[in-house]
Amino acid sequence: MLTVKQLRERGGFTLLNRREPDADREISSVYCCDLLSVVMGKAPAGSAWVTVMGNLNVVAVSALADTACVIVADGADVEDRALDKADEQGVILLRSAAPVFETAKLVDGLL
Amino acid sequence: MPKNLKLHYDISGEDYTRAGEASAQLKQVLRQLGLSSSIIRRVSIAMYEGEINMVIHANGGTIDVEIDSACVSLILKDTGPGISEIDLAMKEGYSTASESVRSMGFGAGMGLPNMRKHSDYMKIDSTPGVGTTVYMKIALGEE
Ligand SMILES: Nc1ncnc2c1ncn2[C@@H]1O[C@H](COP(=O)(O)OP(=O)(O)OP(=O)(O)O)[C@@H](O)[C@H]1O
Ligand SMILES: [Mg+2]
Repeated sequence: MLTVKQLRERGGFTLLNRREPDADREISSVYCCDLLSVVMGKAPAGSAWVTVMGNLNVVAVSALADTACVIVADGADVEDRALDKADEQGVILLRSAAPVFETAKLVDGLL
Repeated sequence: MPKNLKLHYDISGEDYTRAGEASAQLKQVLRQLGLSSSIIRRVSIAMYEGEINMVIHANGGTIDVEIDSACVSLILKDTGPGISEIDLAMKEGYSTASESVRSMGFGAGMGLPNMRKHSDYMKIDSTPGVGTTVYMKIALGEE
């Protein structure tokens, strides 16, 4: 079992939230996609969602599809207001410098 | 479960940054009511996709939610361009989303299929040039 906190530490990901979030949730799986309604339909609840999108809608989708966290891969930019919204909604945003596939592979290896 | 609860949301068609806020607010209410996380997730997905469609395709509208002991009912009403071929719009992958909307991550043509998948009942009434009303129900009993 791997919590979001452990994932962040062991994966060497950067926490983007300005406020320290509650990161004790267990991660069920890893899921990759950038198309929001595909994520909505297919991302498993509790998954670590890897994407290169860093906009406000990503935060909404993570909250509503109930993913354990979002990992913004490839060092992609995250909008300021997305960070505000993430804090407000308790969505955990992590950043990975590696591309999507390498990021997901790393997460999978930790699970 | 408490007695019937009715909620109303006005959805702005101009402000993309607020898209999804009504769905987030409803999620909070459902949490407070103590509904299971799988029911909350189904309602959230169904409502969000409908809310986003109203914002990106119909210039906003209204959402009325009714919660009773048996189900959550959603009515999403807009006065946008309408949908001329509903069967086509319901197909996975069909989308008329613009380039700018696609660049935000929308436009996979999966919103309406998701709404159907996550609701127990769904009906679309639409008249081109007049608007669209989507009715959905999610039963509370089934997991
Ligand atoms: N409220 C609406 N008013 C007018 N047209 C709509 C409305 N909702 C959906 N449509 C039409 O149906 C099509 C399919 O909708 P659907 O939600 O499945 O996909 P999308 O919104 O284009 O992309 P996605 O939801 O995957 O981001 C839309 O592209 C649009 O042409
Ligand atoms: Mg849609």
